[in-house]
Amino acid sequence: MSALYDVPGPRAQLRNRVLNVVVILLVAGAVAWVVYRLNATGQFESRRWVQFQYTAIQRQLLDGLLNTLKAAGLAAVLAMIMGAVFAAARISDHKWVRVPATFVVELFRAIPLLILMFFFYYGSLQYHLGLTPFWAVVFGLTLYNGSVLAEIFRAGIAAVPKGQREASYAIGLRKNQVVRLVLLPQAISAMLPAIVSQLVVLLKDTALGFIITYAELLYVAKQMGGRLQYGFPYIPTYIVVAVIYIGLCSLLSLLARYLEGRSRRRRKITGAPPPSAAEAATSAEAPL
Amino acid sequence: MFSVLTDNWDLFGQGFWTTIKLFLISGVLSLVLGTLLGTFRVSPVPALRGVGTGYVNILRNTPLTLVFAFLVFGAPKMNIELPSFFWSAVVALTIYTSAFICEVVRSGINTIPPGQTEAGRAIGMSFIQVLSVIVLPQAFRAIQPPLMSVLIALLKNTTIAAGFSVAEAGAIPAAMAERGENQMLTLVWITIGFLILIVPLIFLQRWAERRTAVA
Repeated sequence: MSALYDVPGPRAQLRNRVLNVVVILLVAGAVAWVVYRLNATGQFESRRWVQFQYTAIQRQLLDGLLNTLKAAGLAAVLAMIMGAVFAAARISDHKWVRVPATFVVELFRAIPLLILMFFFYYGSLQYHLGLTPFWAVVFGLTLYNGSVLAEIFRAGIAAVPKGQREASYAIGLRKNQVVRLVLLPQAISAMLPAIVSQLVVLLKDTALGFIITYAELLYVAKQMGGRLQYGFPYIPTYIVVAVIYIGLCSLLSLLARYLEGRSRRRRKITGAPPPSAAEAATSAEAPL
Repeated sequence: MFSVLTDNWDLFGQGFWTTIKLFLISGVLSLVLGTLLGTFRVSPVPALRGVGTGYVNILRNTPLTLVFAFLVFGAPKMNIELPSFFWSAVVALTIYTSAFICEVVRSGINTIPPGQTEAGRAIGMSFIQVLSVIVLPQAFRAIQPPLMSVLIALLKNTTIAAGFSVAEAGAIPAAMAERGENQMLTLVWITIGFLILIVPLIFLQRWAERRTAVA
């Protein structure tokens, strides 16, 4: 960061300070404008906020949140299992296992998640499978995130230094043992930040359930916002919901960053080789 | 199987055309906004860094569907009217995607060896000059692969607009339900349509990856 500019001298310091004040004023102006706009359109009126005091409404919000967490939790477990199975298949020595697994992983990563959910949602309607929107959300999330996790697992195992694998084979371990006893334990600590980041993505994507009428947080918010007797409090409701989503996801993101810092520190202490280019590429790949 | 596609060619054609328009317009806008935010995050002015960091941290932890919902249902309540649902979708996608592009740009800037910028400064270039003439051109080469991933994700994310009254490819199933067509076949064709759009992007990404790996 500091490489981009010299340590500021007196003139640069002054200029930066002036710019600093200008930017702060601009941001304050923007915030003030938004607040003014909200106030002018009556978004802070008590009739638009009063419903959040009622326990029935609070319970409704809580139910929405629980539905979100339920779908995310189940999908996370299933996606981990799917990721482990397909990662194992992708590093298999048998071509007839490896090729189909690669195909499946690549396919589900390329299809938009909403379309995956539509397959279960409309499929259930058409063939009367009796799958509720909950299962459409869970299966959609599982297929997509399971494929992404399979890639993360595979890349993590591949990033373990080659010598580890060669040494293990040299002392006569079988492939199963090499992966299970030597590669996986080392790979997992390196993969953990990427896995947690992917869980943030999964949690955010439960909001897609809104579109296929799954009663998660955003869906509940839409219902609350559409109430005439409280003056259509869309903005108050979305502010509340946004705080919940951002709070939850930020906590998970913080965990990911903490894990990343920890594994980096550990690498420094043990004097292990710096992260390879492949690892850098996967960590630079922004999870969406 | 084919009649589902050929009988409803109008729906599929228009749907995917809208998807492509959404992708291209919000792609260009997010590249511009994301790069700007990326430079904010490395600037010598603390307030600018704060703006960049705050923006990224908030948007990256917000579901895109919530951004959509806020713009479509919330914004009109504070008298902010966008010309159409299409433009609401463009704004939502741009706001969301630029946070990810910002992160990619920032990590790209950090990959440039310090010697490059030091040399630039040694011959008397300003921060803006160092950034625009020396750092960003090199950074853009290094970040092509992750940038492509973000753009691929953007293309897939355009389907969310279907939930907010934009008649793009993701909205085809609902329209087909009204026409009484086979839903599963419709979805298969939509999947094929998306694969046709995405697979070239994936190959482009792999190609860029190989090229930057050598360099």
